[in-house]
Amino acid sequence: MSLDALTFLFVGGSFALYIGIAIWARAGSTKEFYVAGGGVPPVANGMATAADWMSAASFISLAGIVSFIGRDASAYLMGWTGGYVLLAMLLAPYLRKFGKFTVPDFIGDRYYSNTARTIAVICTIIISFTYVAGQMRGVGIVFSRYLHVDINTGVIIGMAIVFFYAVLGGMKGITYTQVAQYCVLILAFMVPAIFLSVQVTGHFLPQTALGATLESGQSVLATLDALSVELGFAQYTAGSKTTVDLFFMTAALMCGTAGLPHVIVRFFTVPRVKDARISAGWALIFIAILYTSVPGVAGFGRVNLIQTVNGTAETAASGVANTGVKYEDIPEWFARWENTGLIKWEDKNNDGVVFYSKTDANELTVNRDIMVLANPEIAQLPAWVIALVAAGAVAAALSTAAGLLLVISTSISHDLMKKTINPNITDKQELLYARGAAVVAILVAGYFGVNPPGFVAQVVALAFGLAACSVFPAILMGIFSKRMNTQGAVAGMVVGIVSTMAYIVYFKFMGGTKDEMWFGISPEGFGTVGMILNFVVAKVVSSMTAEPPAEIQQIVEDIRIPRGAGAAQSH
Amino acid sequence: MTKENAQAYWGENLRIIITYMAIWFVVSFGCGVLFVDALDQIQFFGFPLGFWFAQQGSIFVFVALIWAYVSSMNKLDEKYDVHE
Repeated sequence: MSLDALTFLFVGGSFALYIGIAIWARAGSTKEFYVAGGGVPPVANGMATAADWMSAASFISLAGIVSFIGRDASAYLMGWTGGYVLLAMLLAPYLRKFGKFTVPDFIGDRYYSNTARTIAVICTIIISFTYVAGQMRGVGIVFSRYLHVDINTGVIIGMAIVFFYAVLGGMKGITYTQVAQYCVLILAFMVPAIFLSVQVTGHFLPQTALGATLESGQSVLATLDALSVELGFAQYTAGSKTTVDLFFMTAALMCGTAGLPHVIVRFFTVPRVKDARISAGWALIFIAILYTSVPGVAGFGRVNLIQTVNGTAETAASGVANTGVKYEDIPEWFARWENTGLIKWEDKNNDGVVFYSKTDANELTVNRDIMVLANPEIAQLPAWVIALVAAGAVAAALSTAAGLLLVISTSISHDLMKKTINPNITDKQELLYARGAAVVAILVAGYFGVNPPGFVAQVVALAFGLAACSVFPAILMGIFSKRMNTQGAVAGMVVGIVSTMAYIVYFKFMGGTKDEMWFGISPEGFGTVGMILNFVVAKVVSSMTAEPPAEIQQIVEDIRIPRGAGAAQSH
Repeated sequence: MTKENAQAYWGENLRIIITYMAIWFVVSFGCGVLFVDALDQIQFFGFPLGFWFAQQGSIFVFVALIWAYVSSMNKLDEKYDVHE
């Protein structure tokens, strides 16, 4: 069967599965729509959380980033997994005991204030939209490469699928679809990873193969270091970021991860407090399977790329390794990816030989995203593996998009309509608003997918920074400090958000230069500073104002004791 | 549940959290960021040790930490009879 036919089969088959699940798991009440009725088993919730969390960025981009920046990418690997430790120990069990539907629910009720609630709603919506725009674009790119439709058609197909199961099924539909999507995406990531690992090193596990010894007697990492240095790149295992910057970036990504509303809300769906802890454990296992394979995939991909383009002693035009291969001798995948614009070759010295390096002699521009998508082709794996990768990339993007859209629609129907604007609407009307909001959110997300703002990559810093400096500290203090009151929490959030936004906007959009950064902290790491400011301001302001009412202090006492976590209550 | 009991439970809970968070900090921010260059002098199955902690080791420890926390908390909940 041809590659196209196989791709249609894999992607189409996975879509049929998702739609089937959506019809089986239709939501009938707001409780089912928001938190899947609160009855999801912890293992299933762990898988759903993993699929929710691992987006097109984790599936497609992460290995590419690691591959091209080496050790500096550690901040992403540690940040995007270490956040789950914070979630499991500091947030999830207590939020589950609290037993409401959303993050603004907790912040609004705990701080007995609609101002606090509204700030939380605004943060939730900004964070989620930032994220979702990238997902729809990812779906479009995968469709355009593998199904030969243009990117816009791809985005629209993706919108239609998400529309179907998110609007119809709500959280219940999304949860079980995400379980299926996790299975598809992990298979799609691990099969080529294992193939590559065996091919390059003879080792089965990508986790250990990076350190394995090659025929030359050196480990893969040592080979990569030597190749990189020879070509003028930084040594792969050495970093160029300062320790301070790496520290703040890792912390911002960790606390940001723990504060992402679409991840937190998944822990509202399990039956007991105990299950919230357990499902965080499962979620991280499922995530770690992919994340610990990423360094291997990145390393093999990089070695493969350099050796294919620059050649070994046998393939290089001059007969000397690492000096360049004739364009016509380069395998077919090169031209295929040139068509998508993700690889560009400019024959500067007109010798017909492709050469890749960090110096002026470089003739190749490679988009980082290509590492995962083109890896199976570069390694000449069977066609069904390539088709599987396409299905996996789509699953990763769609599962995250659906989770985000649900959070957006819930924020609007529940936190804004029901809790702030019109408390008298019935359950049925609220459900109608939720579905309506989901439709609008999908249309807006689709618009950003078709007309991507040029700053998608930049705003990721914004999403994590915002979550780290506002949502995360507000929830943490709400649980661990009985004394924290409205004034403290609101002042803390405002200072955190304003300082972080100002720094990110200045350096990402107004052309701030590297020399001007405080202690060399990059915008991606400034969320940590915003978070510290939030804590300090909240502490000072709350100590100067009245303590919270007795019933609020009672709520805090209550969420600290696991027993008695009933089903999620709407009011 | 009496007030004293609730306070004792919360105190033990905090101690568990602080212990595990200390380990969390040491493997990620310690081994992966602050002392990474020193650890890189040591080879570990073909990896420089600091690089291994930063890109893989810390993640394995994170997983182990959450499960250790789950088991500690289950025991604590039973001890104070607050389990579900």
